[in-house]
Amino acid sequence: MGLRRILDDLEPHFEEGGRFGKFYALYEAVDTIFYSPSKITVAQPHVRDGIDLKRVMITVWIAAFFPMFYGMANLGYQANSAIMNLGLAGTGDWHEVIISLLAGHNPESLWDNMIYGAAHYLPIYATVFAVGGFWEVLFAIKRRHEINEGFFVTSILLTLILPPDIPLWQAALGISFGIVIGKEVFGGTGKNFLNPALTARAFLYFAYAPQMSGDAVWTAVDGFSGATALSQMATNGLPVVAAATGEQLTWLNAFFGQMQGSIGETSTFAILLGGALLLITRIASWRTMLGVFLGMAATATLFNLIGSDTNPHFATPWYWHAVVGGFAFGMVYMATDPVSSSMTNSGKWFYGALIGFMTIIIRVVNPAYPEGIMLAILFANLFAPLIDFSVVRANISRRRARGVI
Amino acid sequence: MEALISLFVKAVFIENMALQMFLGMCTFLAVSKKVETAIGLGVAVVVVQVITVPVNNLIFNLLLREGALGWMGLPDLSLAFLGFLCYIGVIAAMVQMLEMFLDKYVPALYSALGVFLPLITVNCAILGATLFMVERDYTFPESVAFGLGSGFGWALAIVALAGIREKLKYSDVPEGLRGLGITFITVGLMSLGFMSLSGVSL
Repeated sequence: MGLRRILDDLEPHFEEGGRFGKFYALYEAVDTIFYSPSKITVAQPHVRDGIDLKRVMITVWIAAFFPMFYGMANLGYQANSAIMNLGLAGTGDWHEVIISLLAGHNPESLWDNMIYGAAHYLPIYATVFAVGGFWEVLFAIKRRHEINEGFFVTSILLTLILPPDIPLWQAALGISFGIVIGKEVFGGTGKNFLNPALTARAFLYFAYAPQMSGDAVWTAVDGFSGATALSQMATNGLPVVAAATGEQLTWLNAFFGQMQGSIGETSTFAILLGGALLLITRIASWRTMLGVFLGMAATATLFNLIGSDTNPHFATPWYWHAVVGGFAFGMVYMATDPVSSSMTNSGKWFYGALIGFMTIIIRVVNPAYPEGIMLAILFANLFAPLIDFSVVRANISRRRARGVI
Repeated sequence: MEALISLFVKAVFIENMALQMFLGMCTFLAVSKKVETAIGLGVAVVVVQVITVPVNNLIFNLLLREGALGWMGLPDLSLAFLGFLCYIGVIAAMVQMLEMFLDKYVPALYSALGVFLPLITVNCAILGATLFMVERDYTFPESVAFGLGSGFGWALAIVALAGIREKLKYSDVPEGLRGLGITFITVGLMSLGFMSLSGVSL
């Protein structure tokens, strides 16, 4: 056990009074990546389980790889198709330098697509990760709490819901806001009340609307402009076309994600794979997911029944709502955030249903925003503590009526 | 009827007094530590709004506005300059009655609200709703819907804030931000969440 010995030899330097006493959080973070911590709880109740926060966060991080890899390939496919259709030479910005070293622009070639996607995705992710990590470590050292893998999750989720064309400084600013104001001012992971990734996304959305919405940002080709499936539905209803390839979008295309959008949100299929991993490991709550889905389906069906002459989005059926935009991504990765969602089991149903309901309300009757799930989850985050409060109160009064307490 | 419902929904969510207009902040920040107290204050504000906005609407339309006193033979007279005085008088009287009622029948809530109950009189959300009513020239039924909606929206916001603050009791906020500082940040983030509805056209 060479590594263990190295870590043990290092430990005295990082303890209180040692040379690097201030940086204990860094030592602790490295140690617990490789070994389970030796600390055990001394007071009851004891939970007999190998899982801890670090394992939870890493599982979510790995689950996000499914939409990430698909997202990269799809990003390249969309952009290369657009380049081919428009007869351009390349992206027209600095990404082209990297891409031209390794690959061409053939939309049929998976390699070309992956390289194209990676050249756009990795700089954003590296920026978000480095800046987020900087804040996390700074706060951990200054405030003497452990470095938490929460920012692994926050940074990958934020990157996956950003448009591929976003300027890097905006991504850095967004993650700074999300981590510092959304989480660290409350004391770090587990002590905040809003989802930090969504806080960052909403901040960017309201602060830099031109780079975060509209038709020009979703396919990473300079000068290309095409409406997303969701905004086409909002103006004209079904059927819709995939803007970059120019083909009509079938439901299966949308389900597997052959359309433009934020990096990780396009493929419902890849997201569901990640969701399955989260459900099997019991990291995410199936109650929340099902609640979101049912709330969405019920509200969408209600709008179908009401109908409208002026707004074609009223007629969009629930199975289309489920596969376009960020609905699936929000349902699987964002709504189930254990910190900002409701804690109680029955509360999770109400919380999920509120998200589904608000998503459709914002999508259909709010012309200001084509996408609703992000703001709907933030809105439900505000009411999650209140939902828990009511559930606990109802339970107390039920038990009191039974004469138990 | 449909117009009234949409006015109500608009007042609750889209033009939320606390989170979109930032009115009534002092009480909003001060009495939101516990959910029960917040519910009590919320109900009190709804009651005050539902009565004062329509009453002020009648006073404005029947006595103060230009030409309202035409039946007395004074068609050119406008008493609108007396508006603030009358509105705040109605609000103060209303709050005084509410205070006496609570003292008699709900003493627990009365003592929990403490000085903030009489302070409803100078709560900007209350006077604000009346002034919006005058400015937008609501009819009497509209003023009832608007009073109910604005009061309910404010109550909803303060109860949600109280829920969040009860949860934040377990947070580890930096020394300098404890208390009001973190509450301001919380309210700012809440209003970010409420932005989802701005732009809804009803």
